[in-house]
Amino acid sequence: MRLLTHNMLSSNIKGVTKGFPLKIEVEKVVEKQVEINHDFLRNIFPKIDWKAFSDAARTMGYVELPEQAPDPSVLESDLDFLTKFHHALLELHLEEGALVCPETGRKFPVNKGIPNMLLHEDEV
Amino acid sequence: MWYLCVFYHRLLDYRIPEFESLADLFGAFGDKRSSDFNTQDKVLQWRLPKHHHPDSPFHFVHLPYEDVARKIANRSILVKGIYELWGEGNDFEELEEAVKSYPDERKLPYLEYESTFKITVDSFGKVLSLQEQNERIQGLSYIPFKGRVNLKNPDHNFWLMETDENETNNGLPPVVKRRIFFGREIGVADRKLIPMYQLKTRNYLGPTAMDAEMAFLMANQAQAAPGKLVYDPFVGTGSILVSAAHFGAMTMGADIDIRVVRDGRGPDCNVWSNFKQYGLPMPIGLLRADNNLPPWRPGLKEVFDGIICDPPYGVRAGGRKSGGRKLLKGIVSPYTVPDDKRADHIPSTAAYTLVECVHDLLDLAARMLIMGGRLVFFYPVLREDGSVETHFPEHPCFKLVATSEQMLSSRYSRVLLTMVKTSLYTEELALAARIKHLEFRENHLKWLENGNLHSSVFSPADAESGDSKVSKESKLKYRGKYV
Ligand SMILES: C[S@@+](CC[C@H](N)C(=O)[O-])C[C@H]1O[C@@H](n2cnc3c(N)ncnc32)[C@H](O)[C@@H]1O
Repeated sequence: MRLLTHNMLSSNIKGVTKGFPLKIEVEKVVEKQVEINHDFLRNIFPKIDWKAFSDAARTMGYVELPEQAPDPSVLESDLDFLTKFHHALLELHLEEGALVCPETGRKFPVNKGIPNMLLHEDEV
Repeated sequence: MWYLCVFYHRLLDYRIPEFESLADLFGAFGDKRSSDFNTQDKVLQWRLPKHHHPDSPFHFVHLPYEDVARKIANRSILVKGIYELWGEGNDFEELEEAVKSYPDERKLPYLEYESTFKITVDSFGKVLSLQEQNERIQGLSYIPFKGRVNLKNPDHNFWLMETDENETNNGLPPVVKRRIFFGREIGVADRKLIPMYQLKTRNYLGPTAMDAEMAFLMANQAQAAPGKLVYDPFVGTGSILVSAAHFGAMTMGADIDIRVVRDGRGPDCNVWSNFKQYGLPMPIGLLRADNNLPPWRPGLKEVFDGIICDPPYGVRAGGRKSGGRKLLKGIVSPYTVPDDKRADHIPSTAAYTLVECVHDLLDLAARMLIMGGRLVFFYPVLREDGSVETHFPEHPCFKLVATSEQMLSSRYSRVLLTMVKTSLYTEELALAARIKHLEFRENHLKWLENGNLHSSVFSPADAESGDSKVSKESKLKYRGKYV
């Protein structure tokens, strides 16, 4: 699971009002190289919840991201930032671990890189 | 300028929508960013050659410039080639007259001394011997070719194409009259893609994997391209996303079935390995999720450029959603899963009806697509009295821009719907959609009642055997939308 996916997901258990961001429990992180596409990064940047993203990167052991969302102008000028943003967003993978609902503590397992977001019948 | 467009004689209903989707992608309707999503109808002008049936492989199309034509031809699956027409006629005398009167300034730049060229003779509906082909080329001596012939890698390709008037069953629409065309090639299709990606050689296959040709058509309808993100909420073995990735899009997929999406048939035979097989970038994300209860965070919207899918209709490949059937009806109270069993517990699911599934899909797409983004999906229909019911699902955020029917049997068809997001998703629109959905459900109770119908429409055996049978039979008699 890449951090882009993490940034999009929340716990949707019935009754939960604050299911985002999911806490990450790390068992195994792998890095997989992805070709950088600047257009894609510019398109996706405004959709990212920055706090959740930079916290998640830190949990995964990557500390190079600013804590505050940078001004979008960096996307035009700052190659160094684009490279780091790309790396954290798309190259860090949670291979094994779990996503934890911040409200209930319910664990959504991540196995072979795939988060299992399906609810149990008493959660829908 | 008008161009001659020659299509493959396949999937007739898909030809013009594919062409127009690609024309839009490559800028034939002006700059994307400045276009008004609501008012502009992105349709091209088309004409048919004299005496030709709309199902004819030959069409004339108006495009703003040659570069768009070349890009469309190179990427299209159903365009055989696009040509600058130098002349046409019912016989060779008429053709000669037409070519001679075509303006010199359009012809001479392609006939120069330093250039190389090749002439190809192509016939539709009959086979020409090598000798007949050579005679036809000799017959073009009135064109002042000054360059050298180069059969391998010429600068300019010319085509002499003729359709036959014979009335026999040659697979073409019966009303076609003999017509001869001569033109300069602008671009031709790369059909090599289809054998390269054919399912027969696909590493990880499921019973409802989408065949390569159709998957590419779907990706073209969705205008998949580099820098875009494409989502399939019913990803299965990933066959649709593979085609989107081939065209350079980033991909993401979800499925309710964990065995399909995570486990596959082992470490080297799963959704990931289907991308690796072709050297394509892996999906950005794969997850197990129920499209009836999507796990997207509140407030997340407009992240996907395209959503493409083959939803789970029917019994065999039928949809499931979270929560047992009785539970959802309120007959039983929820079974509380004991804590020690939670990790391995397999949640029970209920049947996911066609109408509900489509409603969820439209709602998801309305929220998650960018403005101008495209939703492309299959919808099953019953053919009554030889015609198709034309009542398709609607949503206030979307404009339906293409419907392409493929007949699977004499009674059932599937229709590929292409919708463009033309309005922002608001609470009011979501509510309006909910009301429309309820009306639609009323009108379609027969679909709900009759689960077997969908399974006959979508059972893979039907689709596949239909396919091979049809391609044999189509040589014998004209089959229209069957091909
Ligand atoms: C027609 S198949 C699509 C197959 C896919 N195109 C492929 O290449 O393999 C439909 C898929 O939807 C999945 N499905 C069924 N109900 C679902 C739901 N409620 N949410 C998400 N996926 C579901 C099934 O597991 C199945 O893989």
